[in-house]
This record gives sequence, structure tokens and C-alpha cells, in this order.
Amino acid sequence: MFAYIVRRLLFAVPILIGVNLITFALFFMVNTPDDMARAQLGAKQTTPEMIQAWKVDHGYDKPLFFNTESAGLSKISETLFVEQSLKLFVFDFGQSDSGRQISADIYERMWPSLAIALPTFIIGLVTNIALALLIVLFRGSVLDTATMMVAVAIMSISGLFYIIAGQVLFSKIWHWVPISGYESGWEGLKFLILPVLIGVFAGLGSGIRWYRSLFLEEINKDYVRTARAKGLSEIKVLFAHVLQNGLLPILTGVVVVIPTLFMGSLIMESFFGIPGLGSYTIDAINAQDFSIVKSMVFLGSVLYIIGLILTDISYTYFDPRVRLQ
Amino acid sequence: MLNEFGLQSVLRRGFYSVIFVMLFVLSGCESGLWNQPYSAQQVQSPTLFSSFSEPPKHLDPVVSYSSNEAAILGQIYEPPLQYHYLKRPYELEPLTLTQMPQVRYLDAQGKVLDEKAETSNIAFSEYHLSLKPGIRYQPHPAFVKKADGAQKYLHLSPTQLAPINTLSDFGETASRELVAEDYVYAIKRMGLRQNHSPILDTMNHYIVGLQEFSDEVSLAYQSESSESADSFDFDLNDYRIKGVQVVDKYNFIIRIEGRYPQFQYWLAMNFFAPIPWEVERFYNQAGLVEKNLTLDTAPVGTGPYMLAENNPNKRMRLLANPNFHEDYYPDSGLAEGADPVLLKDAGKRLPLIKEVVYSLEKENVPLWNKFLQGYYDASGVSSDSFDQAVSVNASGGMQLTDEMRQKNIQFLNVIQPTIMYLGFNMADPVVGGYSEKQQKLRQALSIAINYEEYISIFLNGRGVAAQGPIPPGIAGFIEGKDGINPYVHEWRNGSAQRQSLETAKQLLAEAGYPGGKMRDGTSLTLYFDTPATGPDSKSMLSWYRKQFEKLGIELVIRATDYNRFQDKVRGAKAQMFVWGWNADYPDPENFLFLLYGGNAAIHTNGAGINSANYDNPQFNALFEQIKTMQNSAERLRLIRQMLDIVRQDAPWVWGFYPKSLALYHGWYHNVWPNPLANNTIKYKRIDAEQRYAKQNQWNQPVVWPLLILVLVLLGSVYPLVRAYRARQGSVIVPDSKQRGEG
Repeated sequence: MFAYIVRRLLFAVPILIGVNLITFALFFMVNTPDDMARAQLGAKQTTPEMIQAWKVDHGYDKPLFFNTESAGLSKISETLFVEQSLKLFVFDFGQSDSGRQISADIYERMWPSLAIALPTFIIGLVTNIALALLIVLFRGSVLDTATMMVAVAIMSISGLFYIIAGQVLFSKIWHWVPISGYESGWEGLKFLILPVLIGVFAGLGSGIRWYRSLFLEEINKDYVRTARAKGLSEIKVLFAHVLQNGLLPILTGVVVVIPTLFMGSLIMESFFGIPGLGSYTIDAINAQDFSIVKSMVFLGSVLYIIGLILTDISYTYFDPRVRLQ
Repeated sequence: MLNEFGLQSVLRRGFYSVIFVMLFVLSGCESGLWNQPYSAQQVQSPTLFSSFSEPPKHLDPVVSYSSNEAAILGQIYEPPLQYHYLKRPYELEPLTLTQMPQVRYLDAQGKVLDEKAETSNIAFSEYHLSLKPGIRYQPHPAFVKKADGAQKYLHLSPTQLAPINTLSDFGETASRELVAEDYVYAIKRMGLRQNHSPILDTMNHYIVGLQEFSDEVSLAYQSESSESADSFDFDLNDYRIKGVQVVDKYNFIIRIEGRYPQFQYWLAMNFFAPIPWEVERFYNQAGLVEKNLTLDTAPVGTGPYMLAENNPNKRMRLLANPNFHEDYYPDSGLAEGADPVLLKDAGKRLPLIKEVVYSLEKENVPLWNKFLQGYYDASGVSSDSFDQAVSVNASGGMQLTDEMRQKNIQFLNVIQPTIMYLGFNMADPVVGGYSEKQQKLRQALSIAINYEEYISIFLNGRGVAAQGPIPPGIAGFIEGKDGINPYVHEWRNGSAQRQSLETAKQLLAEAGYPGGKMRDGTSLTLYFDTPATGPDSKSMLSWYRKQFEKLGIELVIRATDYNRFQDKVRGAKAQMFVWGWNADYPDPENFLFLLYGGNAAIHTNGAGINSANYDNPQFNALFEQIKTMQNSAERLRLIRQMLDIVRQDAPWVWGFYPKSLALYHGWYHNVWPNPLANNTIKYKRIDAEQRYAKQNQWNQPVVWPLLILVLVLLGSVYPLVRAYRARQGSVIVPDSKQRGEG
């Protein structure tokens, strides 16, 4: 397995270079270093001297991919692309174009994102699986049909509606929880209840339908019939047999997102005033802050690759037939 | 092992867990209100709760040029001058100075001239500034000294800095007195190009020797930084600016090229706030920069407040500066029409509020609802909540709705010192030019584009149609009949009314486009460049198209991203565009220079502020005259001449002066609009007791839905268990075929 992981990590290097190249090309297709300087300087009257000084100070005075003024290997190395990309591979994100330390910002903002995303993920997963199993238990009944209709309705409504409706109902009208805000530690729990509940509820529709279909595929298989023939209760059949065998496809979709959880949710964090990473990239794109954009895209790609590797590893634990070589 | 009884048990345990968690969470609500976002201690103390929608990027006073940043910096830093809180028109007064700067005029030989000397004879103006003794900085580790008198925390090793994450991790703090050298040091910082001060190139034109200083020091800095991999000690004190001189501990002189009376307004801005040299050196330590502890994130000033928490993505918290010097609420200067209650706190020691908490609220919905719950002391009014907050009567007057009045919410409705305008590119062969026909085309369009309608549709009435470039509150603005633009408006029934569309059509015909047609009979087509590309802008762009259609002119919208839009305007490639200007200071020069030919983008390689490229020699000559004059009847006369010229030339469709609408609760006192002053929180007062009582009255939790929810959950368990038992107990009965019957 170790060799497999090493190989996958090595494969990741060209992928990351490619992602970085695409990010670089797309960003500079839309924004020139002069545009970036104007956006960052924020002056009412930006002179060419100010722009040039900003570019020199932030390293944006170099050519993008090929430096005709340099000699030898420096033609490639003394370019914006190489200088901006190399440090990423040792996770040195440096300073944002507005002067803040990106690593410090990511570290500070990842915890609030996790505080929302992790409970939403865990509670959502458990709730979806439990409700899907319950529906499978009563498959073909009125409850099954009604739940599927409600699930489709939940899926059809925008997540934004749940957020605003939740804030109005639970915070404004019933005064149960604060409308928005965030605190770390236990005193911050009251700020998390509503966003977590809304996050879980908004995901119920698709979750129940997806897991129900997975479990229904299993429910008529021979090993289930055998279990029933042994005299096991339906609940034991579901939880001990169907659930275990249905986990493999669930893992495909679930494990891959675990590392990316701390990247946060843009809308949820924005509406609930959660100081997480959700809006970090979007804000950077709007502010034309390339240093943050490239760092976050790079980090997102790394985390996704880690998620895929973790998925593969998790298969070996849940399905003894799978061996990584 | 799970069985049917196990299911019951799981459900029961789950229910109890939910109840336990809820009780646990609710028991954490100190003040008894479940939705209270603040601690009980904060709510019951004179703390101001406010919000911000965009995180401040820079808190370095020499770099910051945004209003949201100035709102924070204004409370922390003290430039030499400030605006009187109550007086109108706006008036400067000393802040850290003993008196207003004493100005001397000198000729080229350095001979002192009379105040009334001809501007052409004045080579330099010298501003003498005298500081009040005894002003002290907020407590800060940078000021702590060792026994030998050297700074204790200035040269720490990486190991010593490793455990430092916040300023409070330094064991000690100290303070020191504000001295003239600190103001001079701030100007030196402005001169260092690597600090990217947005006003450096403007000040290079005025402060004697700043340009040379800037070139020298920036080069030296660049050379040192390229030699040093990490941070390095660069001492600005090794260099001096020819025109800036420290006289003694409390006195310094700034020498300005020629006469520039507007310079005193710059002295009220954060760019001229004092910076202690040891603070900058302290923050230059690499171990602090890595943790985002810099002068840009942790300001150090002498103002009424100090920044206790800076999380731009969550919250900014200001605490009263324990070292704040004596400063008192004004006891005079109440503007005409202002509520006399504004003088209730006259003579009281400032600041009246001890803590300010700014929370990040990116969305309007939570901001508005928290304001209504009493958790924010003041709020703006977004278009979403406008109808809930304000009703507009038939004459356009605004008043609070009954719902707001019942909550004793107050409101302020102020015209901003800002203008939004539609600019014509005067270098364009169709809409530009100075011939009578070209003037008439622009005048016709100025009438047809009905900004009163725009204000009503898109701004909920929050604006006033502009009559010229100078907004109300700035010298040169003339109220009433005398102040209207006769080419677009006429005075009817006691108010300015837009001229008829027939007049516009007549002007268009005289311009050579009868019915909006060109000589060959095809429709005149004009182009409107805009960065408004989102779906929200569609209705606004469609409105513009309709305004031109009224004259039979086809308007082509060229929507693009902001970068390209800026490029087009700077390169004089846009035919028409909408832009705005917010006053830096309350002087007509700050608006009229937007139309000065020397500032035309086309003449300045895109750097000029005159985006319409308007260049009328007559206007330019008058501008040269008024820009160095003090406000006087003569200056006003010349400004009126200038207004007559630009109104006739119509390089802009004089759009509108926006109004800001602010709501605040009855417990928030001394609220008085002063859009040019940033340090106004020190004058405001909170009645915390009243706020606490109202919050309790408005936010009692409604419990019955919770009980119903619990009952519904409980009620649904039984039928489920029953159905499950029935299913488990059911017997598969073979049909007759399977039994072999029949």
C-alpha cells in the first residue's frame, strides 16, 4: 500500500503543475499586473510611478512565462510563473498582495469553517443514513412515498431560502438563537446550531434519495435473504448487513470531501457571519489578489488528491476484496 | 443487538440527547436571551455595537484611503487637525495642536510676504504647527524600555518571538509623549515609495523636497532589501526632507510650494497622523510579520480608542485609550436647524463610549434583523428593507414607518458630499467637442436623461438631481433658483423642474440630429460603456436605453469588466460612462479639478482625474485662479463663472448627489452627520440601561413552537414502532396456487 500511496503522490505533481498553470493563465488573461496594482493601491489617482513601484515590490514586474532579458535557465526561472509557483510546492504561500500572511490567514480561518462543516457533515451523514434505512424499512408504504415527495421538494428549493427562512423563523420570530455571529469555544455553540441544522436539512433531500437507492439495491440480494432466513430482525438485517455492504459506494462520495471540509461554505458563512475560509478565494478574485487565488486553488487541489487517496485506502478496510498495489 | 425494542430505545435516547444539548446551549445564554450575540457584561456597559460589510485591508495611516478603514483609523490616530463636530459649513479646528497652523508666505529668496501678497509672488507657504504638550500614546510593547534606556522589544530573536501570537503576549506595555518628530516621521514614511502611499505623488507636488527625499530613500531601501533576504532595519531618521523641519519637541514646520490653502484639509486626514519610529521598527521584526502583526494590522495612536481585537473577517474591537488626553464635548457651534439636545453633553470629557464592537455582516438580512432586535445600535437602510423602514409621501419627503416609530428608532437623511455623473468623452468626435452644435447635443441628452426618475426608481428617493459639479455643503453650491442649471432645469412652483422633452428634441434638431436621425436618415447611435454586467444591472441599463430612445437615439451598451472599463476611460476610448467622486475635503477645488484640462486623462497618459477629458481654456484659467484662493466673495464669483461655462458645455450629465439614510435607536445619543470627519465616535453616547431593557423586551424566546416540535417528534415514534411491529409480525400467506388448491 505504501508504494501505491507514494506513486499516487508522485502522480499528483504534474497534476498540480497543470492546475497551477491553468490558474495562472486564466487569472492573467483577465487581469494584468497593472490592473492588480490599481486594485490594491486603491488610490483615486493612480500614477504610473505608483503602479511600477507596486509591481516591483510584489514581483509582478517580471514577464509571465519567458524572460528574454535573462540568459540561460534564467529565461525560465526569472519569470512570474516560476517565481509564483515554486514555493507552493513546499507550502510556502507567502504574503497576499495586500500584505497579509496567507498561511496565518488560512490557519485562523479554517477553524470556524471546520466548526460548521464538520458537525454538518457528521450529523448530516448519520441523519441521511438513518432516515434512508428507516425508509427502506418501510419501503413501498405510504411513509416511503411521502418521504420521497418531501425529499424532492427539499432538493428543489434553493439553499438560500432555508438560510433566510431559518434566520427569520428561529432567530427573528421565535428568538431561539442569534441570527449571525461566531465565537470560539463552548460559548460559540449557540451560533452554530442554526447553520448546522440548516446545512443538515438542506442536504436531506438528496442524501435520503441517494442512500435509499443504494440500500434498496442491497436489500434483495441473497445474503440479505439468508440473514432473514436465519431469523434476524429486520433492524439487525438493515444495520448489520445492508448498511455494511452499502457503505462502499457511500465512501466514494464521502471520504473525498473530508479533507476539503475546512475550505468552508461561501453562502452559509456569509449569511451567518462565520469568519471562515468560504469567501477567502472569492474575495481574493474580486480584489484581484493572485497570491491568495493561486494558494487556495493549489491547496484545494492538494486536498482533493488527498481525499481521493483516502477513498482508495478506505476501500481496503471496508471491502476485503480490494487490495492496493 | 437491535430489535424493535432497541429502536424505541434509540429514539428515546436521541430525544433526551436533543433536549440535553438544547438545555446545555440555552444555559450558556448569560443574559437570559437565547438570541443575544454578545456577553451580558458588554451589553450592560457603554459599548457601541456596529457592523462592517467589507473587511478593512489597510490600517496603516499612510496607506489607507478607504472610508471603511478611515472609520476605524479615525478613532485611533490623531492628525494635527479635525473637523468641528457640530459646525456647518464644515470647519477645521486643532486636534493635537495648540492653535490652527500659522502660515507664512515667502518669496523665492525666502523673504516673508504679506498674507495678501499676489499668488504669483509667493514661492513657498510655511505651515508652523505647535503640539499640545502631554499627549501620550496608547500602551504598547514598542515603548517598553530596558534599564539602559534602549527599547526592550525591538531586536528580539526568532526564538524569543516564536511564542508571541498577539501583542498581549508581550509581558509589558508602556507609553510615551507625542512629539513633533512623530509627525515628521509619518511624512517620511509617506515618501518611501515601498509603502505605497496613495497620496505620495500628489504631495510630491506640494511639500518642498519630498520628491527628492522619496527618490533617494526609496532607492536606498530597494538596495538594502535586495541585499537582505529577511527583514532589515531601515532607519528613515537617517534621511531628511528639505521642506519638513522639526523646530523643537513640540514644534515643526512644513514648507509648501507656492500657495495651497487646501493643504490644511490634508492635515485633517490619516496620512498625516503621527507614527513613532520605535513602533515601525518594532513591527519590522520578521517573527511578527509572519503572524500578521504589523503596523497595517495593529495601529498605535494617541486617539480616544485603541484597537484591542483585529480579525477583519469577524470582528474589530476598540477600547477606550487609558492615556487619551483631555478632550471635551463642544459647548457651541450648533448648526442652524440642529436639535439643541446635541449640546446636552457639552463640556463632558471624551470619549463617552468605552468600547466599540464592529462585527462583520456581509449580508443585509441578518444586519437589518439584528438592528431591529436591538443588537446593533445603528444601521443603514438597504433597498430590501426600505419599505419597512421609511415611507415616502407625495411630495417626496421621507418619514419613518409606524413600526420604526414604535421602537423609538430615529433617522438621519443626509446629502453626501459626492456626485455621480454621466460623463461624455470630450475627445469623441460625436458626443465631444466644443462647437455650439456639439454643446446642444449634450444639453439635449442632459434634459432627456431624467435623473429625478432614476433617483425615484433605483434609489428609493435617496438622492438629489445635481445642478452642477459641486454638491450641497461645499462652498460654491448655491441653493434655490439661483443655483439651478438653466440648460437642463427651470424654476417652476418653487422648485427646480427638468425642462420638457420638447426642448430637448428642439436642441437635438439644432445639433443636426432632428428626431434622432443623422443626415443619411439613419438613427444616431451612441455607446455607453459600463462595468455593470450582473443581472441586477439589467433594469438600470434598460432604463438608460429608454432615456435615449425618447429622443430617437439608439444606445448601445458596452458592458465589460471593471479593468477593461477603466482602461477604456483612461485611454479616452469610451464615449459615455457613469462615474462618481467623493469629496476629500470641503473645498470646491476638490470637485472643479475633475474638469480641469491639466488633469485630463488624455493629457496625462491616463493618470488624470478628468475622465471626460474636458479642456476649456477659459475654465482652466479660472480654475488656476480659484485653486489658490481662500473662500471669499470674489472666489465665489469666479466659481459661478466656472459653473456657467461647464453647464453650457455640459461635459457631464450632472447626475445626482446621493443621500445616505441612517437609522439609530433611541438609546444612541449625539448622532449628527459629518461625512468628512472620521473621529466622531468619541462624541457619541449610549444609554446601556435603556438598551438592555429594550433588548429584553423585544427578544423573549417564544417557547410554544419548541413544545409542539417535541410533541410531534414524540407522537411520530409510536405509529412508527407500531407499523414496524405489524410488519415484523406479519405472515406470508401463500396464495391458492402455491398451496396447490384448485
